[in-house]
Amino acid sequence: MKQLSGIAASNGIAIAKAFKLAVPDLSFEQRKIENPSDEISRLHDAINTSKTELEKIKEHARKTLGDEHAEIFSAHLLVLSDPELINPMTDKIESEKVNAEVALDAVAQTFIQMFESMDNEYMRERAADIKDVTKRIMAHLLNVTFPNPALIDEEVIVIADDLTPSDTAQLNKQFVKGFTTNIGGRTSHSAIMARSLEIPAVVGTKTITAEVNEGDMIIVDGMDGTVIINPTSDEISQYTSKQEQFEQQKQEWAKLKDEPTVSSDGVHVELAANIGTPDDIEGVINNGGEGVGLYRTEFLYMGKNELPTEDEQYESYKSVLEQMGDKPVVVRTLDIGGDKELPYLDLPEEMNPFLGYRAIRLCLDRDDIFRTQLRALLRASVYGNLKIMFPMIATLDEFRQAKALLLEEKDKLVQEGTKVNDDIEIGIMVEIPSTAVIARQFAKEVDFFSIGTNDLIQYTMAADRMNEQVSYLYQPYHPAILNLVNNVIEAAHAEGKWAGMCGEMAGDSIAIPILLGLGLDEFSMSATSILPARTQIKQLSKEELASYKDQLLSMSTADEVEAFIREKTNQ
Amino acid sequence: MAVNQTVTITDETGVHARPATVLVNKAGSYTSDMTIEYNGKSINLKSIMGVMSLGIPQGASITISADGPDEEEALAGVVEVIKSEGLGE
Repeated sequence: MKQLSGIAASNGIAIAKAFKLAVPDLSFEQRKIENPSDEISRLHDAINTSKTELEKIKEHARKTLGDEHAEIFSAHLLVLSDPELINPMTDKIESEKVNAEVALDAVAQTFIQMFESMDNEYMRERAADIKDVTKRIMAHLLNVTFPNPALIDEEVIVIADDLTPSDTAQLNKQFVKGFTTNIGGRTSHSAIMARSLEIPAVVGTKTITAEVNEGDMIIVDGMDGTVIINPTSDEISQYTSKQEQFEQQKQEWAKLKDEPTVSSDGVHVELAANIGTPDDIEGVINNGGEGVGLYRTEFLYMGKNELPTEDEQYESYKSVLEQMGDKPVVVRTLDIGGDKELPYLDLPEEMNPFLGYRAIRLCLDRDDIFRTQLRALLRASVYGNLKIMFPMIATLDEFRQAKALLLEEKDKLVQEGTKVNDDIEIGIMVEIPSTAVIARQFAKEVDFFSIGTNDLIQYTMAADRMNEQVSYLYQPYHPAILNLVNNVIEAAHAEGKWAGMCGEMAGDSIAIPILLGLGLDEFSMSATSILPARTQIKQLSKEELASYKDQLLSMSTADEVEAFIREKTNQ
Repeated sequence: MAVNQTVTITDETGVHARPATVLVNKAGSYTSDMTIEYNGKSINLKSIMGVMSLGIPQGASITISADGPDEEEALAGVVEVIKSEGLGE
């Protein structure tokens, strides 16, 4: 038995065999061969095995993820039968008497370079398809296993250095009971995916791939970040009962699904969800969300070759608004740049992308892109309770410009005879310290604030949240953060406006009592955090927590704050 | 005796991934040799990478040719797919 600890990324306990998702060693030697026709049939065998495998993957993907996700494998299969790819390989084996590995690699490289040098982003992406496909053939030539997450057909825990979006798209919840990775944090892609798939995960263990062998028994505790390799039978029974408790607790939570969120002294706060696509609304409703506190519209712009049209966007916004009925939906306008770039916009590479050309800065500069989104939102506004939020606002002037563009588009639509909701609240995301500091001035002009803590913390502490070496500085309970948050809430209330929070902090069991005491009105989090948060808030007295406010704000360290809250709330 | 037919691409994004996949799959179901010609370049219609590398845009005039035992059927089949996929006319 061996124990590792990492970052608890998604709640729950999983106990299953390890499935290592690693790219195998594909290095090979050049050989002179005697009999080209034997070598060619070796190549064809490897190609045929790859085809059979891909057919299987495609079927799996179609069943578990739908036709659209399976489409990519149809293209991969065609590459495997492409005469323009295969014939040059067999020619090379014949004329140069080289082994199949050499021929495969040489021809593949030619094509990869050809596609990579094209000026069309779509074509450049095809280079990745050729790489994928030729790696698979190479693995079969070398007789090494090439792992495919979509092929998993028994209960496992996936072990990987990191999981890419396409890896996670292939995971089948029925068999993948949990996963654990070397790198990543609570806000990395893999962690967010784990929470939306509702499977337990521990990320950032640093060494899991080196410590685990294929088939080892693994326990993943996504609640405290523990991973146990080859546990004893005592540990297995201990964690099995912890797993059962968690399942029971989930059922308890489910009972609160349709209840409002009220503290023990009768104060109502709103628990909303963060979403990325209209498909996420099902999870919001199943988890008793009282609204959408953050709709990240970037996903409409990602994974494509061109900007989404106004109609495409309109359909998505309308779908979200209709599904939520009269519940509030806060839509954040395009937040691209930073770690999320769009290849087709051809943005210049920056030294400091998080401090650079992104979000509202880009939108005000490229107002053609921005206006299209605003029109789509305005047109959809008649289908529900829409609120519009601008991200990365650093100055009042930026807010005024963005609002002016919105009003211009609204006037145009009205003149064109299109119906637009007249009561759309317009707010800002507070993630830049300058804005948090002068929130009082902003509060006179905006309709609401939503505090984006992931960025606010990294900007306030000057620590990149993706850099593990400085991750100790990512301190949500740091008194500096609490003072900024308090400043924003007070500023909002002084003008009769509301303040929400849409970062990971809003769903954190230590932060919730603090935020409730500071008077936060809306908490927006991963859908799966809503019911635990509602359960917790029902047991908290807002009045009592509010009485600790001055004490908390004058504390010196995050540890002091955490210890104080743990003691007061018995955690 | 080879047969050919010229069509105009009307899809606003041109011949992109999905229709290219459908075309190549269809061409692959016949024994005749098939080519697609655009902008003076003639490419094997059974090669997905070849077809995509042509980067055929909206408004392009392309010529499909078939040569072999089932050429009539092959040409008609591929042209039919272009129309039914809304790619061109």
